[in-house]
Amino acid sequence: MPAKPGFAVERAGDETRLNLGGDWTLESGAEMERSSDGLIGAAAGARAAVIDLARVGRMDTGGAWLIDRARTILEAAGVQSRIENARPAQSTLLEAAGWRDFEAPKPRRGHPLLDMLTDVGASVVNAWRDLVHGVGFLGESVVALLRALGRPHLFRMTSLIYHLESFGLRSVPIILLINFLVGCIVAQQGIFQLRYFGAETFAVNMIGILILREMGVLLTSIMIAGRSGSAITAEIGSMKMREEIDALKVMGLSPMDVLIVPRLLALILALPLLTFLADMAGIFGGLVVSWGYAGLSPDAFLDRLKTAIGFNTFMVGLIKAPFMALVIGLIGAMEGLAVQGSAESLGRQVTSSVVKAIFMVIVVDGLFAMFFASIEY
Amino acid sequence: MVVEAANGTGQADVIIRVRDLVVGFGPKIIMRGLDLDVRRGEVLGFVGGSGQGKSVLTRTILGLVPKRSGKIEVFGQDLDRVDADDRRRLERRYGVMFQQGALFSGLTVKQNVQAPMREHLKLSQRLMDELALLKIELVGLPRDAADKFPSELSGGMIKRAALARALALDPELVFLDEPTSGLDPIGAAEFDDLIQTLQRTLGLTVFMVTHDLDSIYAICDRIAALAEGKVIAEGTIQTMLSSQHPWVKAYFRGKRGRVLALTRDDRHAPAGGL
Repeated sequence: MPAKPGFAVERAGDETRLNLGGDWTLESGAEMERSSDGLIGAAAGARAAVIDLARVGRMDTGGAWLIDRARTILEAAGVQSRIENARPAQSTLLEAAGWRDFEAPKPRRGHPLLDMLTDVGASVVNAWRDLVHGVGFLGESVVALLRALGRPHLFRMTSLIYHLESFGLRSVPIILLINFLVGCIVAQQGIFQLRYFGAETFAVNMIGILILREMGVLLTSIMIAGRSGSAITAEIGSMKMREEIDALKVMGLSPMDVLIVPRLLALILALPLLTFLADMAGIFGGLVVSWGYAGLSPDAFLDRLKTAIGFNTFMVGLIKAPFMALVIGLIGAMEGLAVQGSAESLGRQVTSSVVKAIFMVIVVDGLFAMFFASIEY
Repeated sequence: MVVEAANGTGQADVIIRVRDLVVGFGPKIIMRGLDLDVRRGEVLGFVGGSGQGKSVLTRTILGLVPKRSGKIEVFGQDLDRVDADDRRRLERRYGVMFQQGALFSGLTVKQNVQAPMREHLKLSQRLMDELALLKIELVGLPRDAADKFPSELSGGMIKRAALARALALDPELVFLDEPTSGLDPIGAAEFDDLIQTLQRTLGLTVFMVTHDLDSIYAICDRIAALAEGKVIAEGTIQTMLSSQHPWVKAYFRGKRGRVLALTRDDRHAPAGGL
């Protein structure tokens, strides 16, 4: 353990001798700071002060700094101060780590209310800029997609298959599971509520319409936004951080063609397929619960379902899927490209990618609901 | 970085002692019974071909890579025998500068330098600010660099900032992993000078992994060469030049080495004579 840094005061006439002792190292940081303040207090008012280092054990830059700081402050207060009996190594250290005046940190600017207004203004401008940028990006990627379709031999099939597997195939179990569970829950609540009216069998209509029109595609999109949208942002973002995107550009390859189009296309293909599976799993969940809670046999359930829904009910859900995929993919890629140099910024963009994607998925779903209502489909 | 009270022991004391070290990954053995001593107050240059395990050795000493067998003593303490508290206390006595800097990208340079202080020491914010700025100035960074983020710095500045962070706790021992790689010759020479100045003023022991022959000639007191999982040659530059090992011969007496060997007497103080 280091010896405690301290000092003894010795007064001779109007000269104060401060005999320092102990180890003046950062390990005993707090005590050292107190002792240094003590030095100033002890010698204040004297004509001259001598800081004697003869009995100091070890000393590091922290100690040197504090000792020299005390000496400077005494000087400024009109006490002639000097340091004595420093060993050569200590002198070097005192010289290297001697007191210098660092500017005080900049004072905080402005009024809090003004700051808040500025922030609000900045977010509005940013939201608008995001929207404009998003539309621009959408146009750019549609052009790139069309270009890829026009020149299929240049298309990156391997990349497409790879992403189809990771976005599509590997999401199947979790998509099936959550949709099955939600189908069960919807069926159970429907049966309980409709039982009051003796209309339990109408729960089948509700399950069919709710799952096929809304829940299947919505749950799948939200899951994919969390699972694959974040992956797209993280992948593209870390490539951006390590200048891999720049490397692609200087090779004459467009990151849009190489990275973004295959991912977008994979999502656009995978999401309808997943939605179909999600629909089936949801209906199956409803079927199981209806059998258990309402005693409706699978045959009766399916008969009922056939009369309750039409092909259009099924299509409404499915039509929405590729648009959801486009929204998720575009937001993921845009946020990925917005990553700056730091790990923190990567985290921020991934979060914002998932939040924005889920938000936009729900907005798009609402727009579709209005659209289908007005065309009475 | 600590000025000792009268050091009457006289003999050069050994700060890192590695004995019979074996390190491997899976079936691949990288260190086959390696021995190495680092003495207090010296600058040890550690050279070796790419992929020979220079960084692995550094990381093993730092405890980032597990060893198969052998003994590592740092500051006289066997790393296998110290408990977690002692290990923490030990880690406070050395600073590490990673090859890519490994600065925390979410913190400014000043906060990076303060990070170890904040964790290990009880200091007032004012003193921490002052000491961080002092360290930043000691490594030759401009003062406005203190409030910049690592992504806003050039390669050379990142190296300096990483060195400032390595020096934050006033360590006695500093590990430098290829400190001059990626710097232009002028920047590299300045960095060499900086390391030497700091080493002298602060009384550091420096363990430096390097490829840079200029650094070796300019600032290393002793050199250890690694090949085939062992230290095949150890000593001053003269020892290296007279070694008969083919790799050492190729390294120090190859085309690049010869020019330096011819000119070194005019340019640098003799190695080992600190």
